[in-house]
Amino acid sequence: MAKPDHLYFFIDPNRCIGCQACVQACTECDTHRGESMIHLEYVSRAESVQTVPVVCMHCDQPTCAEVCPADAIKRTGDGVVQSARKPRCIACGNCVMACPFGVPEVYEDRRIMMKCDMCYDRTSVGRKPMCATVCPSQALFFGTREEIERLRPRSTAVNTFQFGNQTITTGVHVMVPREAASRAPHVDVAAAMDERPRSRSITLHVRPAPADPEPDTAEADPYAEVELRP
Amino acid sequence: MTDRYTPPAEREQISIAPDFSAPDAQPAWRQDFPIDWPQDLYVERRDFLKFMILTSAAFTIGQVWIAAENWYRGRRGRPPVRRIAAIDDVPVGGSFAFTYPDEHEPCLLVRLTATEVVAFNQKCTHLACAVVPRPEQQSFHCPCHNGWFDIRSGAPTAGPPRRPLTRIVLERRGRDIYAVAVEERTI
Repeated sequence: MAKPDHLYFFIDPNRCIGCQACVQACTECDTHRGESMIHLEYVSRAESVQTVPVVCMHCDQPTCAEVCPADAIKRTGDGVVQSARKPRCIACGNCVMACPFGVPEVYEDRRIMMKCDMCYDRTSVGRKPMCATVCPSQALFFGTREEIERLRPRSTAVNTFQFGNQTITTGVHVMVPREAASRAPHVDVAAAMDERPRSRSITLHVRPAPADPEPDTAEADPYAEVELRP
Repeated sequence: MTDRYTPPAEREQISIAPDFSAPDAQPAWRQDFPIDWPQDLYVERRDFLKFMILTSAAFTIGQVWIAAENWYRGRRGRPPVRRIAAIDDVPVGGSFAFTYPDEHEPCLLVRLTATEVVAFNQKCTHLACAVVPRPEQQSFHCPCHNGWFDIRSGAPTAGPPRRPLTRIVLERRGRDIYAVAVEERTI
């Protein structure tokens, strides 16, 4: 049996809270114990705590397989790009360089590339991938299109990505806001590289400090508003 | 266990080329190195038959070639008898390099004791590196892959070589040592 055709993987980076539950769950899998195949990346560590989970997108045009000189990366008929075939992989790292999403990793000590295969041992028998089962905010969701449309009415699933001149359609969908998706039906990754988060004004209810503040630790409220001196 | 992925029987293509063109418009190497698992495992009956026939033909031709080589070797006759060295030229435990039967076959003559003299082709039977005599260890040593041969019989004792060194049959005529034959052995 293969991955059921009516079940899809949806990533909603907006909902990611960076709790690392997916990473821990992935690490516990017996097929690659101790190594996480899902990467939890910070979007811009210096400016934001926003994280984004990165799983294999299972491209219709798998660049990793295109560049593999040993013919080790194969795609099964249900659209899942499998991890490197162990007898073939020569750990050259071409796939690591080529993957536009930065998914494959070469394990030098084992001389093998390993990457997310959508928990093929689970999805091929109709179960959810491990990361999707543990994600508390359901930033990682595995289910039908009807379910995701009901759960995320303000978002729409996009699976077309633009990297410069290369267009990639993927098996895994990314949830984007509906109005943004209506403007451009694909995610232009290269154009978003230099984009910086817009500065927003945050009101902190600044009050003038009292003339002679007495250090009264007994009555200090630890949950009080932040006080800033002008 | 039947509920595991089994590739479909017929060849199907789901992966798309990076330029989105049709499978027929792709270069031929794409057919040889497909990305899709079903295509990778698919073997046409005609391809399989072609492979079997060509492989059997190669084996048959190989057998004929071996038979022809054997016949030709039998007709070539014995190599000429040639004087190598005088026994007094080689000290006990020492060795003497020569070529026999022609200049492309480097050989080693080793004097084991006052009366015992052996000679072997210097090519290691593993990958034809030159072996080095180690009389103190009663061995020939091949430094390329750490192969070892017995110094008296030329039999492999350790390392990758599996066949003994080619022995040069020697003959004593007075004080001189003559090479009279080449003994190629497989065991």
